[in-house]
Amino acid sequence: MEPLLEVEDLHVSFKTYAGTVKAVQGVNFAIREGETLGIVGESGCGKSATAKAIMKLLPSPPAQYERGLIRFQGKDVLKASEKEMQSIRGKQISMIFQDPMTSLNPTSKIGKQIMEAIVKHENISMKEARQRALRMLELVGIPQPEKRIDQYPHEYSGGMRQRAMIAIALACRPKLLIADEPTTALDVTIQAQMLELMKSIQEKMGTAIILITHDLGVVAEMCDRVAVMYAGQVVETGRVKPLFKHPQHPYTRGLLKSVPRLDANRKAPLQPIVGSPPDLFEPPQGCAFYPRCSYAMRICKDYAPKLEKTREGQYASCWLHHPLADKTKWLKEGMAVDR
Amino acid sequence: MERETAFKKEMFVRDETNRQEAEKISRPSVSYWSDAWGRLKENRLAMTGLLIIVLLLIMAIIGPHLNEYSYYEQDFAKKNLPPNAEHWFGTDAAGRDLFTRAWHGARISLFIGFMAALIDFVIGVLYGGISALRGGRTDHVMMRIAEILYAIPYMLMVILIMIAMKRGIWPIIVAMTITGWIPMARLVRGQVLQLKESEFVQAALAMGAKMGWILRKHMIPNTFGPILVNITLTVPTAIFAEATLSFLGLGVPAPQASWGTLASDALGSILVGNFYQLFVPAILISLTMFAFNVFGDGLRDALDPRLRK
Amino acid sequence: MDLSSEPSSSEKKQTLGVISMWKYTFKRFLWAIATLWVIITVTFIIMKAIPGDPFAKDGGLPETVQKNLHRHYNLDKPEIVQYGLYLKSILQFDFGPSMKHRSITVNDYIKKGFPISLHLGLQALIFAISFGLILGVVAALYRNKWPDYASMVIAIIGVSVPSFVLATFLINYVAVQWNLLPVATWQSWSHTILPTISLAMMPLAYIARLMRSSMLEVMNQDYILTAKAKGLKQSTIIIKHAIRNAILPVVTVLGILTTNLVTGSFIVEYIFGIPGMGEMFVTSIFNRDYSVILGSTVFYSAILIFLIFIVDVAYTWIDPRIKITEEGS
Ligand SMILES: Nc1ncnc2c1ncn2[C@@H]1O[C@H](COP(=O)(O)OP(=O)(O)OP(=O)(O)O)[C@@H](O)[C@H]1O
Ligand SMILES: [Mg+2]
Repeated sequence: MEPLLEVEDLHVSFKTYAGTVKAVQGVNFAIREGETLGIVGESGCGKSATAKAIMKLLPSPPAQYERGLIRFQGKDVLKASEKEMQSIRGKQISMIFQDPMTSLNPTSKIGKQIMEAIVKHENISMKEARQRALRMLELVGIPQPEKRIDQYPHEYSGGMRQRAMIAIALACRPKLLIADEPTTALDVTIQAQMLELMKSIQEKMGTAIILITHDLGVVAEMCDRVAVMYAGQVVETGRVKPLFKHPQHPYTRGLLKSVPRLDANRKAPLQPIVGSPPDLFEPPQGCAFYPRCSYAMRICKDYAPKLEKTREGQYASCWLHHPLADKTKWLKEGMAVDR
Repeated sequence: MERETAFKKEMFVRDETNRQEAEKISRPSVSYWSDAWGRLKENRLAMTGLLIIVLLLIMAIIGPHLNEYSYYEQDFAKKNLPPNAEHWFGTDAAGRDLFTRAWHGARISLFIGFMAALIDFVIGVLYGGISALRGGRTDHVMMRIAEILYAIPYMLMVILIMIAMKRGIWPIIVAMTITGWIPMARLVRGQVLQLKESEFVQAALAMGAKMGWILRKHMIPNTFGPILVNITLTVPTAIFAEATLSFLGLGVPAPQASWGTLASDALGSILVGNFYQLFVPAILISLTMFAFNVFGDGLRDALDPRLRK
Repeated sequence: MDLSSEPSSSEKKQTLGVISMWKYTFKRFLWAIATLWVIITVTFIIMKAIPGDPFAKDGGLPETVQKNLHRHYNLDKPEIVQYGLYLKSILQFDFGPSMKHRSITVNDYIKKGFPISLHLGLQALIFAISFGLILGVVAALYRNKWPDYASMVIAIIGVSVPSFVLATFLINYVAVQWNLLPVATWQSWSHTILPTISLAMMPLAYIARLMRSSMLEVMNQDYILTAKAKGLKQSTIIIKHAIRNAILPVVTVLGILTTNLVTGSFIVEYIFGIPGMGEMFVTSIFNRDYSVILGSTVFYSAILIFLIFIVDVAYTWIDPRIKITEEGS
């Protein structure tokens, strides 16, 4: 089946007065209808930039789409006009952001903020739009929607605001929902409710979801497939379960080793990844992970590896999978983690 | 793919040296002030402002001595002369040399501006600091008083006080500072309170840091930015207020001259066509306002810690 | 779905919020009264502090006026009684007679001059606000392009050039040399154009700069991105989401700007020869007509303090966020 969205070799940079930030430098992934894709990676690795690029939401200047392809339902998004983008945004693709405290307009009523999207994309009266907004509030689990619809964001709690954001995003039944760290700013119990809600709505509406998160546990629970990003690139991608069981990139392995796990009979102690991500002003010539990698080889310093198939349905960009590579250490320390 | 053929076995040997590079600190840590100065230097408008301020200060010092005339010497044979080789800015209705008077005026106007800013600063820091550090009832009472005084229309108060006093430089400064310190006090109080509560000071205290160290390392750099900006913007306000007072006949008494009195004296002779007399003080006042305003704005941007990168 | 962990405490807050709003309004009103009282007291002290008897006969006052003044200020009674009576007369809106012009009271001056000053002031304020907002918004939307630079040049000129300089230049060139517009006196609407510009320039510049930075800040907010992600048009986003929020800080400075406008009107009215209250105030300063100076100061202060009170209170009602945060204070 044709994927709903394909991203190929996407490059995005920000021209700032201090220099050019190469925030996204070759991102590849695809998502099918109704599927959930997780994107994980350290802070600053370009997750949000990628997500916003899909909807062409990056402010330009400073953002520039250097090269690559974003194909949504067969249409090249990067070549679409602003007008075409406006008809896609909110209707075909929607997005919710990290901080529900700041992502709603403080001087506008919640109901109005939901109706705005509906009225824009669908040819219906204000009255019908209001009815729809009420149903959306109910759907996302806001109690007393008739009353809540006329309240301002500051009268909502953090969790309720994020529910309202979901209501806005899904008001026009988009094909794809991009959720950029939707739970990071919420406390743990509400996080779980939020994820639950997104899952149930996905089942009802068949929406595909791109879920950006720091939390590998969330990915394991929510996603069908995952893309691991490092320094503006997807370094590994594949189906969640096999990928977490047999990570093929040292960075993915490092990530998995550095999260505490409540469940398993963990033998290995936590091992944080030493060092910090590279400077995006002047990305290194070779593998970006080279300075922090415990399996680095000489080639990694000067030559960047490409994303290649390593196992069935799993792709990684690492020289370790080259036939000439010395894999002894990698195999010896291999994780036989049972997930 | 072509390159792939060039790959040799030895390129795939384990490289143990990679980690050392990761340990290197990529960016040298720069101090708050040199960092701010660096950013300020990049702001061309602000630097133009600074240059103008420096030039005006230099001219205020040396300007009155650049020719043989004094600011008070009258020569009725030579009144209302347009600019010429002898009197570079011309002469006024009493035959006084306008070049000398303009720079003498610079002394008075700048002195009033800086002095008002300095006094506002001292009173403001004391009042705001005590209010914030004492807290509780003291703070409450002190701030209510400040609030009430703050609502008094500034220029009306200044005019009112000047009416009751003799004309002169110091009365003007006193009139301006009598309510002028309040914004500074409120600013200082806000900053100090914020710092008192802020996590890094709490953390520093918890880690056993000495108060003096905290003051030097956190309080002063973080509080001083906004205060410095406020001082910079008080100077032109005071100069402007002085000009207004002069216009109302409440400025420095003759034969002293400030830019304000020069301008308001000149207004009288415009009707007889001596427009040049207004030109010099008008330009000087405008230039000063411009310089301090753009410099103050630049300073605010440069000192804003949120912009640090 | 379990919602029990998200109790909505905002209902309680809402009612509490409205009560606290009234409380806040009332408190602010008391402060305004206190400020006015301080000013009245200062004028009283100043009247006493003026060297000698300002109403003495050698001051050239006609006998009748002097008597009126003495009666009005009750100079024969103890000072505390004088003070009490002074307060009382001001509460009755009676500012006493002029010292220089027999049989004219300060109230007469105000009645004659205030409507003209109000006209000029309102016109200047409307001009300053509308053009200031437009310039600020345009500058922010075209950041670092020529409209931004052009707006900011106007703004910088506005804050740099004092109104008396601007007024004289306008009179000299626009009116006298090029003969484009009439000046002096207050006859037709075209007479009001140049004074309005002279008076409005500074607040206009101030609003433009404030609006620009406020717009830039708002345009960077997440909710603007949310609006864009909904597929709204750029123009809708700017008008409905950005400007609405960016304008709030501008509202807070309106009180101060009006105060500056009043000070500016003294000079502008005087230079343009407009028979308003400002011109009368300046003339009374030149003439040392103390009773007029003090009376108009109290009058001006009352108006301005009341205005600032209105602006402050209006702001807390306009901005829906403030209702809750104001609770404690
Ligand atoms: N408007 C911008 N101007 C300049 N640089 C930017 C801009 N937006 C993002 N960047 C840079 O691009 C890089 C990637 O940012 P991005 O927001 O995509 O990271 P992220 O992976 O989402 O991180 P986080 O987990 O913290 O949200 C960062 O280095 C950031 O500094
Ligand atoms: Mg992000």
